[in-house]
Amino acid sequence: MTPLRVSIFAAIAAILLLLVILELIRSRRLQERYALLWVVTAVVLLIFALWRDGLNVLANTVGIAYPPSALFLLAAVFILVVLLHYSTAISELAERNLMLAQRIALLEQKLKEGEPQSPDSS
Amino acid sequence: MRAVAETLPAAHDDRRVAVRRVAIVPALNEAATIAHVVEEIRAVDPGFEILVVDDGSTDGTQAEAERAGALVARLPYNVGIGGAVQTGYQYARDHGFQVAVQVDGDGQHDAAELARLLEPIAADRADMVVGSRFLEAGEYRASFARRLGIHLLSGFVTLITRQRMTDPTSGFRAVNRRGIILFAADYPHDYPEAEAYVVASRHKLRIVEVPVAMRARAAGRSSITAPRSLYYMIKVLLALFISVFRRYPAPAEER
Repeated sequence: MTPLRVSIFAAIAAILLLLVILELIRSRRLQERYALLWVVTAVVLLIFALWRDGLNVLANTVGIAYPPSALFLLAAVFILVVLLHYSTAISELAERNLMLAQRIALLEQKLKEGEPQSPDSS
Repeated sequence: MRAVAETLPAAHDDRRVAVRRVAIVPALNEAATIAHVVEEIRAVDPGFEILVVDDGSTDGTQAEAERAGALVARLPYNVGIGGAVQTGYQYARDHGFQVAVQVDGDGQHDAAELARLLEPIAADRADMVVGSRFLEAGEYRASFARRLGIHLLSGFVTLITRQRMTDPTSGFRAVNRRGIILFAADYPHDYPEAEAYVVASRHKLRIVEVPVAMRARAAGRSSITAPRSLYYMIKVLLALFISVFRRYPAPAEER
């Protein structure tokens, strides 16, 4: 079983992480789309902090001799998933950025070649 | 095109002052239905300027909409329904429209019901009017999971806005100039209808629901599939939860 002090410390850390994430969403510096993975991370951390037998159960099922290693494994997996998620997000942004640049170039070209646009009605 | 629409009087209803009104029609791969939707709106009320926002369709949606005589704003890539609809509200803001209605491009909204949506705005009883399938016993059919999701959402939205909201997924609505300016500046992403209620409510817009009948989709398929809807559900609930703690600064009156 995880020592009580470790449990308390881990729970406080997980709750802090959760609060920081929620505050970032609230102040619109983080979109829900990207926040969800972080919320899941924080909640899983909180579960393993409060459920003190959890690490042992997890270590036994996966066949890890030293339970705290399971925590590192868990953390490493989450970091990997978050990084992969970022890579796909960046790829999508790069793709869209290219499309926007191309559209603007063609629009500018069209504007220069035609007469001045008719003035807006509003 | 636009100049003609502006000089055109509100053709058949002379009780009402001619207000400049635009119909925003978000569409993603709706080539089969979009022309019909446009023609139907025009048949019901020729005073509407119709703007189809093509959210990066890969079929002939743009060409079909233009053939039917609508203005088309084509997004360079798919931005999702929220961003597409907001494009329409920004158009409405920039061109000084007094009233905007939102009608889905898939044909499930019956343009004949538009009069019901517009009445509370014309009478200045509401800033935003939403067409609800559930206010009157209609024949709307949905899967159990979908109904459960809608009930859950409507419960949360009702709780947050402290006003009974029966159909939080309805994208059939009308707003006045206040609503146009608000949504042009601040409109939720991704799966926005439920959150839009909250945004409007936080800004103290008067929201009214009116009963409408909706049709089953004429063609194409809903963008909401089973595993996705669970993901969206969680995301929307998170967004609704956060919205309770958010501040909502008023948007600038005119750009």
